[in-house]
Amino acid sequence: MYGYTGKYLRINLTTGKINVELLNEKNAENFIGGRGLGTKMYMDEVDPEIEPFSEDNKILFVTGPVTGISAPAGSRYMVVTKSPLSGTIASSNSGGFWGPELKFAGYDLIIVEGKSEKPVYIYINNEHVEIRDAAEYWGGLVTDVTNRIKEATDPKAKVLTIGPGGENLSLIASVMNEKDRAAGRSGVGAVMGSKNLKAIAVRGTNKVEVYDKEALMKTYKESLVKIKENGVTGSGLPTYGTAVLVNIINEAGMLPTNNFQLSQFADADDISGETLADKFLIKNTACYGCPIACGRHVRIGDGEGGGPEYETIWAFGSDLGINDLNEIILANHMCNEMGIDTISAGSTLAAAMELYQRGYIKDEELDGMKLEFGDAASMTEWMRKTGLREGFGDKIALGSYRLAESYGRSDLSMSVKKLEMPAYDPRGVQGQGLNYATSNRGGCHVRGYMISPEILSLPQALDRFETKDKPVWTKIFQDLTAAIDSLGFCLFTSFALGADDYAEFMNAATGMNFDGESILKAGERIYNLEKLYNLEAGIAPSEDTLPPRLLNDAIEVGPSKGRVHELGILLPEYYSERGWDSIGIPTEKKLKELGID
Amino acid sequence: MNVEVRLFATLRLNRFKKDFMEVAEGSTCNDIISIIGIDVNDVAILMINGIHSNLSDFIKDKDIISIFPPVGGG
Ligand code: SF4
Repeated sequence: MYGYTGKYLRINLTTGKINVELLNEKNAENFIGGRGLGTKMYMDEVDPEIEPFSEDNKILFVTGPVTGISAPAGSRYMVVTKSPLSGTIASSNSGGFWGPELKFAGYDLIIVEGKSEKPVYIYINNEHVEIRDAAEYWGGLVTDVTNRIKEATDPKAKVLTIGPGGENLSLIASVMNEKDRAAGRSGVGAVMGSKNLKAIAVRGTNKVEVYDKEALMKTYKESLVKIKENGVTGSGLPTYGTAVLVNIINEAGMLPTNNFQLSQFADADDISGETLADKFLIKNTACYGCPIACGRHVRIGDGEGGGPEYETIWAFGSDLGINDLNEIILANHMCNEMGIDTISAGSTLAAAMELYQRGYIKDEELDGMKLEFGDAASMTEWMRKTGLREGFGDKIALGSYRLAESYGRSDLSMSVKKLEMPAYDPRGVQGQGLNYATSNRGGCHVRGYMISPEILSLPQALDRFETKDKPVWTKIFQDLTAAIDSLGFCLFTSFALGADDYAEFMNAATGMNFDGESILKAGERIYNLEKLYNLEAGIAPSEDTLPPRLLNDAIEVGPSKGRVHELGILLPEYYSERGWDSIGIPTEKKLKELGID
Repeated sequence: MNVEVRLFATLRLNRFKKDFMEVAEGSTCNDIISIIGIDVNDVAILMINGIHSNLSDFIKDKDIISIFPPVGGG
């Protein structure tokens, strides 16, 4: 096979058996790789009703066909398993360097199954694969463990690891790679922790064979020009990173503040991408093969390291009523070291603050700590306690839904399917709200990033308050994103590239025969497969919804004043656009058309 | 009439973050942009009082005009 290595590893932590198996070409053609292929292989092997922490559950680390080849930002790999947070399929996506290195070692993916009796890590050095004792790393923080495992294996090895969050089975635990790149969402780090698997170090020195080198180089060069010439990828993202959104979203009156009680934050500029660049930025960083380099390397206290993304700044900033960017950077760093997701952690802290504000959480539960909107000083300590599940941190570690539910107020959890929703108030942006409600992993912004047309006017401007045309746009964005995630590209390339470009990369890399339309079709197939998984796993169709606050309570002040989310209007049209029945179940006809049996 | 102009990202460089301007009745966003000396090609998003608007839209007394270059994220 070309583009793919054609092989994958199956590692059983119960028996210690390690096998190399061959990739099924038909599956690769139908489900591409990454998110799609991972979901297909996971579904073929694991009972959908499995308890996520059971020994019989499996966890897959999956690259795509462009991961590690000459493709811009072909940096991605995905962690696929059942989410312990939401119970949905989890495909947690990360850039960095680990995914490409796995391909260089000769594998498209790893299936980890079983459960080790004691803490272990896996070391892959091309064809040599070992399960090693990890007793000395258990309990360790992410940076330290990454450094020590490199010392113990190969300084050039790429390391993914969980922090204490994953070890302690926090439902919002992430998998970190190269210290500050996170497969953050859906609690996948806890599934690693449940298997006593601390880390996977990979060293690879092979090249990935592609089908048509010349065609690939041509497509690569053309795409680099498009990326450089595009205002967002060529200048906006490199200069300010994703945090440039703080001011835009705030100006539009849809920057969730104090757990979505407000939609505008008076001090937004203090925590903006512009302020981050002015006061903290040391240099940009890039994932493997990325010409965009949106990453922020910043001052952190007396040291330096990975800086916060837009979503993180929102989660620890306006959503907590906090205007202190220095403290936000420290909280982000603590989450990275603990291996917990910044979006879910911040949003859960916001729910806790509202529960406290409304008198549900009492001071006696807080070990003398404060839990008030605007209190920056306690935030990093709350994150430490969450990672270690100390005191009240034990409750934050379960995510906002379970926290709010335990006080009888699950409605105060700003989540969809128990996954915390990021930084855009759906009442001010109808398409994005529809995407949140229908995303197959719950409240996720990057399953169909409707902010692009509705706020950024890309590729064309859509009126953010309108419901008309949003279902069809949302479907197309979701399908294209599923394909991009499966190919192994960073989603940010899509500001400059389109389905036809992705098809050209796919064809040059693999020798398969795609065009823009069939790329979108593959995306649709993947989207439907994920939906089927969720139904089989017991996620009721009625969970395609938003928190009641967003459906019933109009925004009180600011540019989005008077708005609620119009899901009741959007959802039936969306289902019909998808060829699903009236409650959102894929029809036989649709599944047949997509070749899903 | 008096309006508030807010600039963001690279448009702030060598200019300002926020300024109040006296402009003639019947002015459009285009007029504001040429007074400040911003190239129209550098304007990707324009809002009047937080609502997406066009260069040719008229402005009123006390309006807030927010101007952004091409930016994105996620
Ligand atoms: S655009 Fe940013 S997140 Fe995407 S690959 Fe490049 S550096 Fe990584």
